[in-house]
Amino acid sequence: MEILPNILFAVALVVGIGFFARNIKKLIRNIKLGRKVEVDDNPAKRFKNMAMIALGQSKMVVRPIAGLMHIIVYVGFIIINIEVLEIIIDGLFGTHRIFASLGAFYDFLIASFEILALLVIVAVVIFWIRRNVIRLRRFIKPEMKGWPKTDANWILYIEFILMALFLTMNATDAKLQQLGALHYQEAGTFPISQFLLPLFDTMSIQTLIFIERTAWWLHILGILFFLNYLYYSKHLHILLAFPNTYYGKLRPQGQFENLDSVTKEVKLMLDPNADPFAAPADDAPPPEKFGASDVMDLTRVQLLNAYTCTECGRCTSECPANQTGKKLSPRKIMMDTRDRLEEVGQNINSNKGEFKADGKQLLDDYITREELWACTTCNACVEACPVSIDPLSIIMSMRQYLVMEQSAAPTELNNMMGNVENNGAPWPFNQMDRLNWTQES
Amino acid sequence: MNVPTMASLFAENKQPEVLFWVGCAGSFDDRAKKITKAFVKILNKAGVSFAVLGTEEGCTGDPAKRAGNEFLFQMQAVTNIEVLNGYGVKKIVTACPHCFNTIKNEYPELGGNYEVVHHTQFLKQLLDEGKISLEGGTYKGKRITYHDPCYLGRANNVFEAPRELIQKLDAELVEMKNCRKRGLCCGAGGAQMFKEPEKGDKDVNIERTEQALETQPEIIAAACPFCNTMMTDGVKNKEKEASIAVLDVAELIANAEDL
Ligand code: SF4
Ligand code: SF4
Repeated sequence: MEILPNILFAVALVVGIGFFARNIKKLIRNIKLGRKVEVDDNPAKRFKNMAMIALGQSKMVVRPIAGLMHIIVYVGFIIINIEVLEIIIDGLFGTHRIFASLGAFYDFLIASFEILALLVIVAVVIFWIRRNVIRLRRFIKPEMKGWPKTDANWILYIEFILMALFLTMNATDAKLQQLGALHYQEAGTFPISQFLLPLFDTMSIQTLIFIERTAWWLHILGILFFLNYLYYSKHLHILLAFPNTYYGKLRPQGQFENLDSVTKEVKLMLDPNADPFAAPADDAPPPEKFGASDVMDLTRVQLLNAYTCTECGRCTSECPANQTGKKLSPRKIMMDTRDRLEEVGQNINSNKGEFKADGKQLLDDYITREELWACTTCNACVEACPVSIDPLSIIMSMRQYLVMEQSAAPTELNNMMGNVENNGAPWPFNQMDRLNWTQES
Repeated sequence: MNVPTMASLFAENKQPEVLFWVGCAGSFDDRAKKITKAFVKILNKAGVSFAVLGTEEGCTGDPAKRAGNEFLFQMQAVTNIEVLNGYGVKKIVTACPHCFNTIKNEYPELGGNYEVVHHTQFLKQLLDEGKISLEGGTYKGKRITYHDPCYLGRANNVFEAPRELIQKLDAELVEMKNCRKRGLCCGAGGAQMFKEPEKGDKDVNIERTEQALETQPEIIAAACPFCNTMMTDGVKNKEKEASIAVLDVAELIANAEDL
């Protein structure tokens, strides 16, 4: 009888972590649908970026209020993992507050968790108010209707509940310690939950144990639930921010990738020895598609970007096109890419591991041409993103598809490109007139 | 104005220290040509050994690349690189941040390796070396706000050279709400210069001009021919062209020096 809770706990743990592992496998498979890219250059710099941006939150504090609160929640979350470790050991082995033997250090740990828990509650409430009462502009853009909005609030509710359960658990534990209940040795100091003690003054030991156990169970089950919620949520960034900042762009922001497939063709065209009419060798791979019309044409880094997006909208609020009322929102580009990738993933799941054409693609069905053509390539979105996402690179890949595969640029741009091709300048002037300015006063 | 070409120097067996890459705007656009001339006057005054490619220069391919035409971009790049390498060019200065960015960052992979500097960096260098001196008389105490071109600032982290030059003119440099890394685009980049903007509430250059006007400037300084055009249009749209001038940093210096 005694070991039943331990078994139940072990089952909960295995199921929770098992589901999580399954989702992570799906996630990795989906990201691998993208094109492979070489990103193993300069690991030292990459680790440094990860340490500064993901671990050190250096880009969050560009906006000080949100940044500070985010750091509180983030630190709270990391530190609470020590508590979770204790819960897991206690749960598996039927112990209670196994780390209590650490003595004064344990008291210090519990006290700091409590203070952080309170700070997290405060931060979460402020976050909620910013989204739902003040309604900051970047949180109420069109792409934030429906699930994205619900998701954001859910995360806040869950975090609030987890912290409240933690404090309740501690308060009842403290009370039980005072009453000298069996099993509840004296351990920990409770600077925050001590204020909850009067609530429990009149309760019997049985009721207290019941509340303490319930809070304890809900706390750990909540954490397991939250772990599995990540895959479906923008909250996935708490994991993916790390690889994403590692793989983030190291080159100057203005430096766009030169497409290798194009370089090959250009070289061939300019090579006087090449036979332009030669048939491709039989074993030649099919010609690479230029640019991207669907998620499989994007790179793995671009797809990882999409899963990492926190939907914070910092990119969109800095975007000159968005600020002046155009349809383009870099955040929406990222959300659309993730949604389409998920759709493709579901398709593969239900077709025994193979993608069956569904008559849809990222271009037009998710991202419109009007959005793509509104971008000034200014890099404000890239600069603003706190987790090193590059929405511009997806926009550029899709423009490349439109221009090189479909010849579907706006007419004026076709004129411009015609001029560059014929006169070496975007305007219809004669190349021979390039020096005329020296003669004019 | 003395503007030697690479071809003519080559015929005399001479190699200039630096190639001045004029760019399409600088060669053909009436407003931008004034910037080109102002810069050349300073180079002449400072006795810099330079040359231009003239009729051998072609568009770097920046607008084609940002429009998505990688093919056309690489054709332009390869052609230009052939010319540059043919003349053994080592150092390039340009007044256009788009040419600057493309040649500096995107040409090396295609075989074009040069030291590339923006004209504001070059001018700053001339100043530090004592080859030009700025007394600033004309602009003493004037309120000047500086617009960061995306492809110079955020894209390549050149923020200080143009600012230091402006301050050297004894002018009062005032910053806009969005500046340096958080600068706001003028609306011309990404080949937008060559097309009508998408539907919206207003054009990007109007938004940026409004930010500039908030600083109550007498002069809006730019360091890019495209930004210059966009801001000039913005100022005209606000009917402020009588009281507010839009000038390139090179023009400010040339004017201050009475060139
Ligand atoms: S690069 Fe494009 S999407 Fe990003 S902020 Fe600039 S205009 Fe917006
Ligand atoms: S791309 Fe970056 S800045 Fe934009 S919403 Fe996503 S996380 Fe935020």
